[in-house]
Amino acid sequence: MSKKVLAVDDSKTMRDMVNFTLSGAGFEVIEAEDGVQALQKLGNDKVDLIITDVNMPNMDGITLIRELRQNPTHKATPILVLTTESDDDKKNAGRSAGATGWVVKPFDPEKLIATVAKVCP
Amino acid sequence: MSQFDQFKLTFFEESDELLMDSSARASELDPESYDIEELHALFRAVHTIKAGAGAFKFTELAEFTHKFETFLDWLRDGKIALDEAGADLIVRGLDIVSDFMDAAKNEQTPDNAQAAEALVEIDAILNPDAAPAADAPEVDTEAGIFSEEDDAVGAPSAKIFRILFKPGRQLFQFANEPLLFIRELATFGELIVDVDESELPPLDKIEPEDSYLAWTFTLTTEKTSDDIAEVFEFVVDDATIEITEIGAASAPAGATEATESAEAAPEAASADAAAGAPAAKAAAGDKPQAADAGKKQGVTSIRVDLDRIDRLVNMVGELVITQAMITQQARDMAGDGRNQQQTMAEEELAAHTRELQDAVMAIRMQPVKSVFMRMPRLVRDLGRKLDKNVTLVMKGEQTEVDKTIVEELADPLTHMIRNSLDHGIEKPEDRVKAGKPEQAEIVLSAEHRHGKIVIQVTDDGRGIDRERVLSKAVEQGIVAEDANLSDEEIDNLIFAPGFSTAAEVTDVSGRGVGMDVVRRNIQNLGGRVIVQSTPGEGTRFMLTLPLTLAVLDGMVVAVGDQEYIIPLTSIIETVRPATKDIRRIDDNFDTFSMRGAYLRLLYLNRIFRVPGAIKDPSQGLVVVVDTETAGRVGVVVDELLGQQQVVIKSIDTNYQGVEGISGATILGSGRVSLILDLDGLAEMEAHPPVDDTPPASGSDPEPDPDPEPDPEPEIDPEPEAEPEPEMALEADYDVAPIVPSPNDTQTMGAEV
Repeated sequence: MSKKVLAVDDSKTMRDMVNFTLSGAGFEVIEAEDGVQALQKLGNDKVDLIITDVNMPNMDGITLIRELRQNPTHKATPILVLTTESDDDKKNAGRSAGATGWVVKPFDPEKLIATVAKVCP
Repeated sequence: MSQFDQFKLTFFEESDELLMDSSARASELDPESYDIEELHALFRAVHTIKAGAGAFKFTELAEFTHKFETFLDWLRDGKIALDEAGADLIVRGLDIVSDFMDAAKNEQTPDNAQAAEALVEIDAILNPDAAPAADAPEVDTEAGIFSEEDDAVGAPSAKIFRILFKPGRQLFQFANEPLLFIRELATFGELIVDVDESELPPLDKIEPEDSYLAWTFTLTTEKTSDDIAEVFEFVVDDATIEITEIGAASAPAGATEATESAEAAPEAASADAAAGAPAAKAAAGDKPQAADAGKKQGVTSIRVDLDRIDRLVNMVGELVITQAMITQQARDMAGDGRNQQQTMAEEELAAHTRELQDAVMAIRMQPVKSVFMRMPRLVRDLGRKLDKNVTLVMKGEQTEVDKTIVEELADPLTHMIRNSLDHGIEKPEDRVKAGKPEQAEIVLSAEHRHGKIVIQVTDDGRGIDRERVLSKAVEQGIVAEDANLSDEEIDNLIFAPGFSTAAEVTDVSGRGVGMDVVRRNIQNLGGRVIVQSTPGEGTRFMLTLPLTLAVLDGMVVAVGDQEYIIPLTSIIETVRPATKDIRRIDDNFDTFSMRGAYLRLLYLNRIFRVPGAIKDPSQGLVVVVDTETAGRVGVVVDELLGQQQVVIKSIDTNYQGVEGISGATILGSGRVSLILDLDGLAEMEAHPPVDDTPPASGSDPEPDPDPEPDPEPEIDPEPEAEPEPEMALEADYDVAPIVPSPNDTQTMGAEV
């Protein structure tokens, strides 16, 4: 069974790129446009990995991570934060909210897959 | 097209949407009172564009958006206050981003002058004290893991590292997994792992979610200590990590793995491989089979060239005609050869054809939002220029209509909104004097109604100054001095060619081109535009357009030996009136009464001069139709031949616009039939060209105490002083020739 990834980003370009890259690497990718939609789509279904943007309408990525870490189903799910460049503020905010790691936007597909391999067994 | 190009297209499209949305937001941004969410939205938009720009290596755009984003970030965090200049800078910044995008799309080098200027301004705001700082934009420099390996391969000398890794207790709370780090290290070369379990408490004291172990690794690899550090990048803040080089290896132990990875590296550098499975395979490491799986998921839309869709639309159109022909011919064969099965097959063919056509048409449908979004900017800029305080309210942006119509809407809407702003909306002080709120409102709305799309531009301005319009129209020779016009007719004079009320020509409107062009554009699309106005209260432009330019549900009617199509959506009912219900108002103007209401009769045989048609409505049929401009009217025809979906062929593109006709089609019989433009016909009745040959049909004129104004004959029989270039649509078909007449209006003449 292929692994499930939830990709959360308000940018379709980013969602497309994550989706394509990870689909190609054998993941089943679910997309959400913001934190609220992510929580709706997840419900109580476990996924193997969540990749989320930080800046999003309705619910931002940091809030999303906090929510997920309080949910018994998702508290142990690896979460990668999509940040731009080497934005240390966001990395730290993500980390203190409970993120597992980060992916720097823009990313090469190989880089994304390598990063995912780092957190997703 | 490579996947990478696809992403780029998505990026362009998404950015266009973001920019349109943002520029609408920015235009509305009032420094005195604004919603902070607006700034958040603007920030997110620029942020998204920046990320894409980096991904696709649009360096200038990435640099600009980086600064621009910081500026917006400071604004939304309240680090700097939004003032008029700042709001302006946002609008300009978005324009610059837009220019960059255009350049990127066309693979041109962007013009940096404006951007540089704006950057200086932004720098001045961000660093008020410093000289323009070198806040070097950190555009993507992370080459990715494999490029770095590339370097490593260049100097293949294996070293031995000792690595101490002692994670924090909370390691697992972040869903980090030390096993994965170990596996990754193992791919670097030869790895010896020592576990330190000294911290592990007795079983009853263990917190199951805490981490107690530490590791010491001995790694023989060609990688650098930075590569090793990167393995631990996510936990570096919460763990003790020491990497020490303890010596050189005698043999390149990790060579096999390193080479394997390196094979992927050159491809990783090329754009095509950005999407490629080879890279995925290399990086997925121990599960190469995964690369082939899972490709079927996730794709919810594809991008298709418009030409392909149009080809599809055309083909389906032809198919619909062919299907109609088959049905018709089968019906003509009636009786003998026909059996029930064949009839059923025909019906099924018709149903499927219809469904196919609907499906194809739906592909071309788009929300009007894309054109509506351009209007707030216009209102803002013009409002400033004219010193008028106006808000624009938009409704029904999601209403869908054919892509072509969406595109063609921009100009007419721009003109109408300009007209409202320039002529309709008063200056704030005048509004206050008139007891109105200082801020005027223009409402732009779209909705579906009777299978058409209705777009309205409504303002709460002073309304149309009828006296002035009328006197100008008389002055400009558009109407006769003694013409007796209704209020509505006067209002609609603003659409007359060459009409202008502007005392002086302004930048904004008043060059005499404008509203007549609007009407012509709309008519070319098979639509209508009317204006309604109440003095002192406001003006409403109402635009009615077909949802698609390709097909129409029509009723085929016979008039003499001609067949015409009446759009089904306009038809209310069909009746055969009794003679006593028909009243003659004057020679050319008949009404008939239906359940107490008097409807005007339109004789198609007179308008199109068709010989041999039934002249007395009580012998033929009256199709009662709804028009936008003249309400209900009765169209006199010989008989109804049946409903049919017809494929519209433009007369405009093949010949020129013809009053009273919106298009043509090919019927199942192979004959060309003209599609009636009922509003146009009703208007011809109301404003007919001069006619010197009264129609032949006669009964006693019965003077009506309250006749419709200006009832004049509807036909221009022989256009004077102009040769008649007769032009049949298709030589082989039996068609009435279309004769252009003077004054840019056309009438139909039939060869007799």
